[in-house]
Amino acid sequence: MNDIEKEHVSLRVQRGGPDDNLHFDTFELPFEPGASVLDALIEIRRNIDPTLAVRYSCVSANACRECMVRIDGEVDYACTARLTGGTMTIEPLAKKRLIRDLVTDIVPPKEQLASVVAARKQET
Amino acid sequence: MTKEAVHLTTDVLVVGAGAAGMYAAVSAARGGADVVLVDKSLIGRGGATIMAQMTVAAAVGHEAPDDWTRHYEDTIAAGRGLCDERLAAILCEEAVDRILELDEWKVGWARENGHMKQVTAPGHSVPRCVYVDFLNTGPSVARCLRGRVAQTDGIARISGVAIVDLVVRDGAVSGAVGFNLEDGAPVTIAANAVVLAGGGLTGIYRRNSASANMGGHAYALALRAGAELIDMEFVQFFPIGHLAPRLVGMDPIMWDPFRYKLGGRLLNGDFEEFIHNYGAEDSGKYTAPRDVTSFAIVRENEAGRGSPHGGAWLSFEHVPETELRAAFGPVIEKLLANGIDLTKQAIEVSPIAHYHMGGVRVDERMETNVAGLYAAGEAVGGANGANRLSGNALPEAFVFGERAGRFAAADVRGQTPAWAARDASAALATLAARSDGRTETSPDAYTHHAIAAELRALMWEKVGLIRTDDSLGTALSRIRELQSELEAAPAAGAAAYDMSLADWFDLRDSLQTAEAVTLAARSRRESRGAHWREDFQETDPALEENQTVALSADGMVTGWQPVGRR
Repeated sequence: MNDIEKEHVSLRVQRGGPDDNLHFDTFELPFEPGASVLDALIEIRRNIDPTLAVRYSCVSANACRECMVRIDGEVDYACTARLTGGTMTIEPLAKKRLIRDLVTDIVPPKEQLASVVAARKQET
Repeated sequence: MTKEAVHLTTDVLVVGAGAAGMYAAVSAARGGADVVLVDKSLIGRGGATIMAQMTVAAAVGHEAPDDWTRHYEDTIAAGRGLCDERLAAILCEEAVDRILELDEWKVGWARENGHMKQVTAPGHSVPRCVYVDFLNTGPSVARCLRGRVAQTDGIARISGVAIVDLVVRDGAVSGAVGFNLEDGAPVTIAANAVVLAGGGLTGIYRRNSASANMGGHAYALALRAGAELIDMEFVQFFPIGHLAPRLVGMDPIMWDPFRYKLGGRLLNGDFEEFIHNYGAEDSGKYTAPRDVTSFAIVRENEAGRGSPHGGAWLSFEHVPETELRAAFGPVIEKLLANGIDLTKQAIEVSPIAHYHMGGVRVDERMETNVAGLYAAGEAVGGANGANRLSGNALPEAFVFGERAGRFAAADVRGQTPAWAARDASAALATLAARSDGRTETSPDAYTHHAIAAELRALMWEKVGLIRTDDSLGTALSRIRELQSELEAAPAAGAAAYDMSLADWFDLRDSLQTAEAVTLAARSRRESRGAHWREDFQETDPALEENQTVALSADGMVTGWQPVGRR
């Protein structure tokens, strides 16, 4: 890949929830050496489209493990995957229930609000 | 999107599920209470704990003879006269019990010949800091406590609920209002005791070591509930945060343990050692206090002797590769994957906002001036005074978490819920007003991100390492304008997992917390510990007092209190 191609990166990001028309939005970003996919997704939320939903907590320390998505078809952490030049496709995890955009249901069943409410109703 | 309101009742509500919150939940349940533990993130994965690749101070005396009173003396010395001696004593004495308890719970403290390994962190008189290899302290602690929470009967865990306000009745806490991130549904929780374990505020600074949830939420929740804050002017800047080259998958404060184990030379832009020019020693030994080192790096940059990105060089080039690998094993590979070969290059470091000494004012039972409202972990102010000793953050989470849970459980035993729905109506109305919008897709409609970015820049430049009356006055006016701009910002949409709704409430808390820091910094007209006033460079013995911040009918007010003595 030559330097000219590396000046910009295009991120094709899956948008929408289970009941919506799923589609891809493409975001053009300047390519910064060393930047991660999570950096780019945060940049999109900050400056292009704040409605993009993505889950993360620790911010690039690869400690919380909440930012797992599919990057060009491969499951990876957005915080450690580097941006490459050209086009990258970012999709939510395929085997988890889709909530919206890149956010899937990765909350352990016992930590769900609904399951806590249900368990308390049974007790009383 | 259905938005069915949810109501729960419990004895003890714990807000925030890092180390402090999880310890509080376990301890409250041990005390016989029914506990609800909520976090905006996933239980045990959000907050600062998971980021901590660092060490934990406790006078267990495995590496060398030690006693908690010596740990206490070091803590008091670092705090520059402002430590609440009662809280500091509790911290140092009970840190030993908590570290041993976590050892029983198989957290995996690094060992050698059967004893726990302990290193000397800056400011400690003996090797006192335990850790988990390799740079794995925080994740191991989080995993261990997550397991403990899951095994303990009586704790309901809820991930993905953001708490936006506490509910108070007759001067006592009666519960909280929040919303479910997935569908935006309002959530009300009745609880006669609430433990605030929502962490610190470093996320309001441009350069920081924070996770996404460190926007000063616990302080703002406490203020609005009528609780007092203390020492809000004392933000710790970690001197050698990673600056360049770009590093991913690592905690930006990771160079600290490297320096404990290997020394490492801190150099200015001319590749010369410089800390000795600022009244402390370094020369590869890493013994200079954090505030001195941070200040020295800023001054070198002002004098035109900074590193290319505006920091200082940190070099391990003199350390043999075998020694690097023995000390940090797989981490060396991670660095190589980031294009960093420590045997061939120095890296750049600079001060970053790392920890908040100030926080919610509590008594020895961790209770605030609002009955039933407790705080734990970094949310608590007072124990560390004007400057925190390295290694004291995690023990604070364990010790204060355990205590807050224990006393909260004892307090609510046998009580009936004081909850009355009408007390929550104002908070619920704000929530409804912020979330009744359409799904707005035009980025121009959102001002949140612009406000947040401006706040981070403002705090960094005007309320950061070097402060003046002018810089603080400018910041204060602008913060108040930004508060009005936020009020006028459009409501968020009704989409699933609508982060803009969470952003709005986050920013409301961050602005309020920023106001408290700036107000306290402006009225402390001296320099002490982490608080440097360019216009008042001396430490004033008459100001060896703690400052409080509270919300009154006329807005935010500060006051002075004598330092808590034993």
